[in-house]
Amino acid sequence: MRHLTYLGLLAGCLAGTAPLEIWLGTRVYTRTRRWLLAVLPTVVVFAGWDLYAVGRHQWSYRREWLSGVVLPGGLPLEEALFFVVVPTCAILAFEAVRAVRGWPAGDEPDPAPAEPDPGEPGEPDGAR
Amino acid sequence: MSYTVLAVLAVAGAVLVDLAVLRTRLLGRRVYWTAYAIVLFFQLVVNGVLTGLPVVVYDPATILGARVAYAPVEDLLFGFAMVTVTLSTWVWLGRRGVGARSRRHR
Repeated sequence: MRHLTYLGLLAGCLAGTAPLEIWLGTRVYTRTRRWLLAVLPTVVVFAGWDLYAVGRHQWSYRREWLSGVVLPGGLPLEEALFFVVVPTCAILAFEAVRAVRGWPAGDEPDPAPAEPDPGEPGEPDGAR
Repeated sequence: MSYTVLAVLAVAGAVLVDLAVLRTRLLGRRVYWTAYAIVLFFQLVVNGVLTGLPVVVYDPATILGARVAYAPVEDLLFGFAMVTVTLSTWVWLGRRGVGARSRRHR
């Protein structure tokens, strides 16, 4: 069972954040293309960094806690999954905060091209 | 380059991405910092397990040595960079209308 530890942690992260998608309406998984495209650069950059570090022995993994599936370059499967799971949870948290608080994120549809949004709620064009 | 150096560069890079490259300017928004605070809390918990068991071990020569909840402080920088880049990309995609509608209309 120890060998499922890291996988279990990742599954726990997904299970713990699933209620946000199901009940808070974060619409991250359901906006699939946007979700995958948002995660992609992070996966590439940070998994690349991980491979670099593993190759230079800057850090290493204890096999005791891992499934044993290793990707080319010496990256445990769990690490690759980490770079999908953690960014996904971050997006879910972000959308959850927005759903609960209604604070602007800068991607709200704007009918008129306006000056850069300073981040505070307001009407750039005055009356609405 | 050591983990420390790369982690600092990653933070700088993430800030540049947010402020200059994608111009999402999340670093000035409450929604971002609130979300980041939540993520940071869970990072300390989950990463605490990963570095505390430990699942991952670090070469002492590549880190400063200071730790928070078992994890090297560099992990905080790594996490910040990863989360910021992800969220900036997410918001930028939204601005461009990518995936404007979810698969299931509620």
